[in-house]
Amino acid sequence: MKRRNEILVSLITLIRKEIKRFLRIWVQTLVPPAVTMSLYFVIFGSLIGPRIGTMDGLDYIQFMIPGLIMMSVITNSYANVVSSFYSVKFQKSIEELLVSPMPNWAILVGFIMGGVSRGVLIGCIVFCVSLFFYPSFTIVNPLLTISVLFLTAILFSLMGFINAIFADSFDDISIIPTFVLTPLIYLGGVFYSINILPDLWRNISMANPMLYVVNTFREGMLGVSDVSIPFALSMIIFFIAGLTSACLFLLHRGVGTRQ
Amino acid sequence: MSQFALEITDLKKTYDSDVVALKGINLSVKEGDFFALLGPNGAGKSSTIGIIASLVTKSAGKVKIFDIDTDENFAEAKRLLGVVSQEINFNNFEKVIDIVTTQAGFYGIPLKDSKLKTEITLKRLGLWEKRNEQARTLSGGFKRRLMIAKALIHEPKLLILDEPTAGVDIELRREMWEFLKEINAQGTTIILTTHYLEEAEQLCKNIAIIDHGELIENTSMKDLLSRLDVQGFLLDIDRSLDQPPSIPNFQITLEDPTTLNVAIKKDQSINHLFDQLSALGINVSSMRNESNRLEEMFIEMVKKNLT
Repeated sequence: MKRRNEILVSLITLIRKEIKRFLRIWVQTLVPPAVTMSLYFVIFGSLIGPRIGTMDGLDYIQFMIPGLIMMSVITNSYANVVSSFYSVKFQKSIEELLVSPMPNWAILVGFIMGGVSRGVLIGCIVFCVSLFFYPSFTIVNPLLTISVLFLTAILFSLMGFINAIFADSFDDISIIPTFVLTPLIYLGGVFYSINILPDLWRNISMANPMLYVVNTFREGMLGVSDVSIPFALSMIIFFIAGLTSACLFLLHRGVGTRQ
Repeated sequence: MSQFALEITDLKKTYDSDVVALKGINLSVKEGDFFALLGPNGAGKSSTIGIIASLVTKSAGKVKIFDIDTDENFAEAKRLLGVVSQEINFNNFEKVIDIVTTQAGFYGIPLKDSKLKTEITLKRLGLWEKRNEQARTLSGGFKRRLMIAKALIHEPKLLILDEPTAGVDIELRREMWEFLKEINAQGTTIILTTHYLEEAEQLCKNIAIIDHGELIENTSMKDLLSRLDVQGFLLDIDRSLDQPPSIPNFQITLEDPTTLNVAIKKDQSINHLFDQLSALGINVSSMRNESNRLEEMFIEMVKKNLT
């Protein structure tokens, strides 16, 4: 019981530290997504959107909202964990955690919860911004929406953690977000339905994991999707389980953390 | 409970680069001891400390902290251990008070208690006035104190300090010595690595010397120093000399016209030297060690090990 309480206190300490970290630098962490997404809504939603017409039977700006929220959640949950965990490695303050009695799983959960908190908070901010441009927006399935929001934030926080474990320089933490995540997100149905693509590109798009995340979230918010929801949810949960195991294994072996 | 604070058995470490850092070290440190772990750069001191603190993964061997096998219950062992690393290992952009309070939280100390403990510890180390400053604004000496504050926040029974006074001015170093003596007197076992051998001689009761990943000495400080065959002394005399006085069986050289450098063997009487100098009309006004005695012994041992 005593040990359990100690672990709980240490976990809460780490989560509080992680949340304080991104709130302290809110101008760098919370404001940019709100500004960027406002520009997307102005340009693609209000200016170009009416010329595009409808997508899957919805106003274009309405169709875009879930995609842009997901894009923000993915990039911010990933960025939070990769930069925070790499920073503690770089500054050697990871030793503060390693010398303490905290179990590896608590260290992992602490960092992931930091990423999830930022991802979900940004998701809420972008949703609030979207209401300025499309005030009549209503969420079709709140339970599915919230579930996918959290699952996505967890999934990409875990990916950020693995990136940080293997990173040896600040370049290493920007390569994957720039050259892998961003292209996959843009091509993952944020701005369009894959039903408008030719068959070849449609089939290629089906191999993009972002498509499943974005479309499952769109199903929750708008009730439309290009993919099977049970399949997409199963895959998200499967990858969360796989990545969690991989993170715990890497922490146990001391890869990137212990000599 | 064991009488040993630390027991290391056949500890080995080979890094991924195939560098063999430890070749099978056996070491015991008694509870309440003030123990020096010495060795030249790259000897294996930091690897040993890293393994004890779980910052380095061992290749083989056993480590027990107060009889708790780290392979079986590392969490419990870590609770008894405080480590002051060689390099600064806190977030420079955080406030002093936050760094220490957070460290307490990592040890499972609830926020309310950790705030109180932090206040006591920071006051004890003269850091309370700087509690709201970012760590990066602290001087080197205060950063060292902050490292010690972090290591002591959970009141460990065994404190390991890896070169704690490196780069610290002499005044602050002496203050830290007094502080370490005080917590050792209160019952905390201390293991110290240092390059300042005077520090080890002043503070430590027992000593081990590591070189090339092997333990080449493990004994009491008193015993080690008693093995010195020859000691060098500098004698300040009351008149100028052009050449050193000739006294049978004593090797004397001139450091400068008013300072003699004398090598005295263990079996020689220093009184006899003074008598002889007096007979020559030379009076000694003061006397000091030529250099640190332990340093001489240390260099000698490492040289022997090399050959």
